Amino acid sequence: MTTRLERQAGPESLLLNMGPSHPAMHGTIRIMLELDGERILASEVEIGFLHRGFEKTCESKTFFNLLIYTDRLNYVSPLINNLGYVLAVEKLLGLEIPERARYIRVLMSELSRVSDHLTCLAAMAMESGAFTVFLYMMKAREFLWDVIERTTGARMTTSYIRIGGVRAELADGFAADTRTAVKETRKVLKDVRGLLDRNPIFLARTRDVGVMSRENALAYGWTGPCLRSTGLAYDVRKARPYLVYDRLAFDVPVGERGDNFDRYKVRMLEMEQSLRLIEQCGDWLERHPGPAVPADGRAMVPAEAIREARRRKPEGRIILSPNLEGSEKERLESLYACAPGVVPPAKEDAYASMAGLIGHFQYFMTGHGLRPPKGEVYASVEGGNGELGYYIVSDGGDRPYRLHLRAPCLHIVSALEELIRGRLLADIIPTFGSMNMIGGELDR
Amino acid sequence: MEEEKTLDALRDACPGAILEAGLSLGDAVAVIRPEDLPAVAAFLRDGPPRMAMLLDLTCVDRPDESGRFEMVYHFLSLETYARVRIKARLPAVNPEIASLTGLWKNADWLEREVFDLFGICFADHPNLSRLLLYDGFEGHPLRKDYPLRRRQPRIPPRQDGPGS
Amino acid sequence: MSGNFITTSFNAMLGWGRKYSLFHYPFVTACCGMEYMSAACSHFDIDRFGAGWTRFSPRQSDLLLVVGTISQKLAPVLKTVYDQMTEPKWVIAFGACAASGGIYDNYAVVQGIDRIIPVDIYIPGCPPRPEMVLDALLKLQDKIQHLEPDWRWKKKKP
Repeated sequence: MTTRLERQAGPESLLLNMGPSHPAMHGTIRIMLELDGERILASEVEIGFLHRGFEKTCESKTFFNLLIYTDRLNYVSPLINNLGYVLAVEKLLGLEIPERARYIRVLMSELSRVSDHLTCLAAMAMESGAFTVFLYMMKAREFLWDVIERTTGARMTTSYIRIGGVRAELADGFAADTRTAVKETRKVLKDVRGLLDRNPIFLARTRDVGVMSRENALAYGWTGPCLRSTGLAYDVRKARPYLVYDRLAFDVPVGERGDNFDRYKVRMLEMEQSLRLIEQCGDWLERHPGPAVPADGRAMVPAEAIREARRRKPEGRIILSPNLEGSEKERLESLYACAPGVVPPAKEDAYASMAGLIGHFQYFMTGHGLRPPKGEVYASVEGGNGELGYYIVSDGGDRPYRLHLRAPCLHIVSALEELIRGRLLADIIPTFGSMNMIGGELDR
Repeated sequence: MEEEKTLDALRDACPGAILEAGLSLGDAVAVIRPEDLPAVAAFLRDGPPRMAMLLDLTCVDRPDESGRFEMVYHFLSLETYARVRIKARLPAVNPEIASLTGLWKNADWLEREVFDLFGICFADHPNLSRLLLYDGFEGHPLRKDYPLRRRQPRIPPRQDGPGS
Repeated sequence: MSGNFITTSFNAMLGWGRKYSLFHYPFVTACCGMEYMSAACSHFDIDRFGAGWTRFSPRQSDLLLVVGTISQKLAPVLKTVYDQMTEPKWVIAFGACAASGGIYDNYAVVQGIDRIIPVDIYIPGCPPRPEMVLDALLKLQDKIQHLEPDWRWKKKKP
């Protein structure tokens, strides 16, 4: 197979292949280069090495079940991907969710956003030679993931944000954990600024390299930190506030020149804002605790609860331990919208009563369960890379007729050929690094 | 409402092109004739709606309906933050529509993706080739008649591997 | 002379030397890469087990870590990388996708890398926790230590 580049290359120039298995290409992208010495005359970017058939697979999964696939799109910020999908389905259903769940969603997506930016900048710095920064930022990410894990039960692929609410109550001691994580992250950000902001090597590789103009950024459909680095303050959280973003105080940092350094700087500043948001949500959630669980119940593991129910002599109230699906029944109302048929019933009922079991089956059985009305919807959230939009077409069945993801990454990476044209070979690494290419989102 | 204003402006500017227009779940939606797409897109970008961004471009396959392929375009204005969805129906045989690469640069890859997964041709596209899949892949997987599990490996499985 | 020499078999020494100096090549494609990064960094520190040295050249590495989903498009690349590695070489399938295709049972994804290359250790999980990665590494080290008595490398079938 001859590529376009091979057909068009001049007779004198050198053709060089980078990737897909190259440490700086994140495993899933290939850049073919036409070089004159070290200068790039032209390039061709080939993607699709992580094409996993997400959109086709979703057409065969129920609305409830396909949530797990959304975790694995932008796998650096899975909770934001959950949120985008869930908001689209809720828009289709016209569902209102409890206020407490909204704050939890905002808190979780901001934790995810910080971990996304940390990973992006860590990789970018490491590929430019700053390995210490990588280690520091990974350390900060671990603190954030610990907080996420204690509540959601998983480090990355959490599937925590569900249609109609969130899966479980926050873990005990969540507020204190969050405060520690925020403190540690701030410390790391300060260290990283000290290491990179005036570092001549880093500046030489990022300042005025990979410059994107505003007009061009718009023509390429850039969104998110990359667009904001060019000076345009488009942020979905401000433009079309969802959940409770309009009640929280945060700024949208913008850059000036649109070069690699600005993209680094905007991400750094955004993390500060996200930490602010995390603190505000944490305070609100601390001031408004969910309903208390009555003390008369007895905690049981699921098998024990089923046994007790079979004997038809449950002693008092059953509390499932460890917490499953929406934790204790009393707390569900603060976490899930009250909409039978749209949210799964409480696990306590499913385990201990016949009516609950039937309700459970009706929700999960093929052809039943969650069936949004016929229609189509586009809903978007501010993802780690920009506007993350879900376009869902429903034909009234229990699975989407078509589900399409507007991947911010695709639009950003499509500008790579233009950004590196005429630059040096070494400029590819920081330019590509500052784009935060995430394979799962790019190739789907 | 910005969405309604956009639709009204569109109705006034391209009266013949709009087949249907209205609000659906808060989104402005207009169905147009496919041949009018370049005019509508140019109006959206340079006319009063000021839709500076081609937000998204995709396709829906509806084998049972008369216009089988439904092209779906989302545009966004950065001044009013209004969005509009433009749809155009293409026939099942030789589906072709004009390319938007002259107006927006990201249309290049987005159209290649739709070409790859749906087999829609885009007239005047500079490099219409597969984007996500590989050369030698037969068919277009996101069409409804492509089976989910029909695999087309590029290399044969190893001889002493599982299932051999 | 007391305490200045030990007696051992050559095989034991060879196995010991090999298992604590694994140079690995991370073939990172997808989500599991995030957990690979965690496993390699300070909190979990894979370097404690002698496998901290990441070589991004297949010719210099002994251990191929296939981290993440392998699509049909990427399969020839993985095969090439494996073929470029010199013997002795080991392969870890990191995560459900590499081990079996995971949740992606569709037209695009290879249903387990063992259809293309031989695999020594499978790590389940989507993605596996870093602790599981370390456990898998220890199991692989055990396997390397107890290789068959013939120290001359028995050539694996292609």
